[in-house]
Amino acid sequence: MTHRERTLRVGALARVEGQGAMYVRARDGRVEEVRLDIYEPPRFFEAFLRGRAHTEPPDITARICGICPVAYQMSACRAIEAACGVTVSEPLEALRRLLYCGEWIESHTLHIYLLHAPDFLGYPGAVEMARDHRHVVERGLALKKAGNTIMELIGGRPIHPINVRVGGFYRAPTRAELAALTGPLRRALDDALATVEWVAGFDLPDDRLDHEFLALTADVYPIEGGVPRTTGGRTFEVADFEDHIIEEQVPHSTALHARLAGGGRYLTGPLARYALNRDRLSPLARDASRAAGLGPVCRNPFQSIAVRAVEVVYAVEEALRLIEAYRPPPDPYVAVPPRAGIGRGATEAPRGVLFHRYELDPAGLIGSARIVPPTSQNQAAIEDDMRAVVQARLDLDDAALTAVCERAIRNYDPCISCATHFLDLTVERS
Amino acid sequence: MPPKLAVWKFASCDGCQLSLLDCEDELLTLAGEVEISHFLEASSMIAPGPYDVSLVEGSISTPADAERIRHIRRVSRRLVTIGACATAGGIQALRNYADTEEYRSVVYAKPEYVATLAGSTPISAHVPVDFELRGCPIDRSQLLEVISAYLAGRRPGIPDHPVCFECKMRGTVCVMVAHGTPCLGPVTHTGCGAICPAYGRGCYGCFGPATRPNLGSLKTWLGSIGMSRPDVDRAFATFNVAAFEEQPDDPP
Repeated sequence: MTHRERTLRVGALARVEGQGAMYVRARDGRVEEVRLDIYEPPRFFEAFLRGRAHTEPPDITARICGICPVAYQMSACRAIEAACGVTVSEPLEALRRLLYCGEWIESHTLHIYLLHAPDFLGYPGAVEMARDHRHVVERGLALKKAGNTIMELIGGRPIHPINVRVGGFYRAPTRAELAALTGPLRRALDDALATVEWVAGFDLPDDRLDHEFLALTADVYPIEGGVPRTTGGRTFEVADFEDHIIEEQVPHSTALHARLAGGGRYLTGPLARYALNRDRLSPLARDASRAAGLGPVCRNPFQSIAVRAVEVVYAVEEALRLIEAYRPPPDPYVAVPPRAGIGRGATEAPRGVLFHRYELDPAGLIGSARIVPPTSQNQAAIEDDMRAVVQARLDLDDAALTAVCERAIRNYDPCISCATHFLDLTVERS
Repeated sequence: MPPKLAVWKFASCDGCQLSLLDCEDELLTLAGEVEISHFLEASSMIAPGPYDVSLVEGSISTPADAERIRHIRRVSRRLVTIGACATAGGIQALRNYADTEEYRSVVYAKPEYVATLAGSTPISAHVPVDFELRGCPIDRSQLLEVISAYLAGRRPGIPDHPVCFECKMRGTVCVMVAHGTPCLGPVTHTGCGAICPAYGRGCYGCFGPATRPNLGSLKTWLGSIGMSRPDVDRAFATFNVAAFEEQPDDPP
């Protein structure tokens, strides 16, 4: 009896953040192994955070990811404020949410237009796509810029903002400064709606995932905080995150895989947020999702591009609402005097739930730190989905099958720079 | 044939190469002037070298990366480092002053799987570099200046004075003199636009040391406004730790 073995490799994935590779092995018509390999070098953030002051993690952990630095700053602030028993006042929370809206707009638009849409339209990248669709790419860049403008004004700069501190901000903007964002954001809202319409017209491959979804939930669509909840009905406090999320090393893999305690793999990110919070979207964003043909829950991961586009509509509208309602806080920050303790914080990064935990000594020096980024939580789900995608398409030739695998990976917008300090590097190849 | 531009990544956060995609108003114009031949984050199209200008992000921290940067140097006419990781080793260079084995075991359950060098080093420790652009992250307009300069065949016009000059040009009141706020501006390389003092916080040195910085004098100052010695040491031990460590404390 002869065995037919077939392997697919992509040594360096394009249009993802960070350095990753893909490996698939099939034998006799059955997929035997699927891996999203991480070869991004480790940077040891958890190790060198030890001994730093409790005021430092927002600046230091921002450097884990240039695409979503605000997410790191916000989760770090939440965790340290929890450790010190400090709550931040409402106007400061609103300002944090506004800054975070800027990052959602920037990060999602980057992914939709520059990283993902070229797959659907058959181009290697957005620059090549612009040769045939210049006005579309220009619209994407303008929308992305609107997000960056929010981050520049409130944060000081779009990458690694300087204005965030534990307890709030160094300086709160004036009403007049924020009002200057209104015009660009109104135009951005038109662009965001046009984006939903555009991606809704893409031809989507069929696929269906059955993972449990995990997202934060709140009175509003969750961004800068909330209570973790799953589609399986599990709800828990952020303080109990580590009791519910187990990370383990599986023998055949080089990555730590996250799963729910007493449960299986799960997915966090736009599809999960949408499934658990759709009724918290603004009426306009909900209408846009309906017009794009999205049901109350999207289980085809190829629909994630449309869900991201809907979230951009929401984030632009929410930014406009927050600017309209803004009253400068009496002080730009609340004091956060150090004390011994452990604090945990979680927020919704563009790619999903981002968890931080810090242990402080009485002087506020960090004894231990733990960071659980969304991409390492999603790794098991991504690999499982790749397996299904390949199994259903084994009749395709290698080039076509590899291309569809890469597309499937991009559905999750994996941020390998984020994930890497949790993932092992060396891959054993037989 | 248009000149070929390549972008490469080593240990880093992706933020400096993202700065190129953040040039929303200029990106398509730039793409009309150069052939973007290798930029994995932006395109799956890869054109073979040699490349006229290579932008390199990230520090060297694994044996494989030490090999890869030598190859990139061989296929690049001009090699420009972008950002604190590529120019000074980045915040991950904190491991150079610690026990890497111990670090590895703190972060990874099975540390033996992780291939890493003992240190995180700048690109210039491995290959000759034509220009080093500072910043964590780099400044967008400085990036465009460097690319434009090499396309035009001239040296980039990037000033190397301390951040203090930029505060004066902006009309920002000195946060250290007026408010007693600790600030690394007097010894930090310019380029960010002196953003931090404009937002009421002291500079935290993310562009690394200015030319011939007087570290000893600033450390005395910082002590006199109430910073403890460990606080002062930590302030310099961040995104450009290796570059500040190389500087003498004595006045130049």
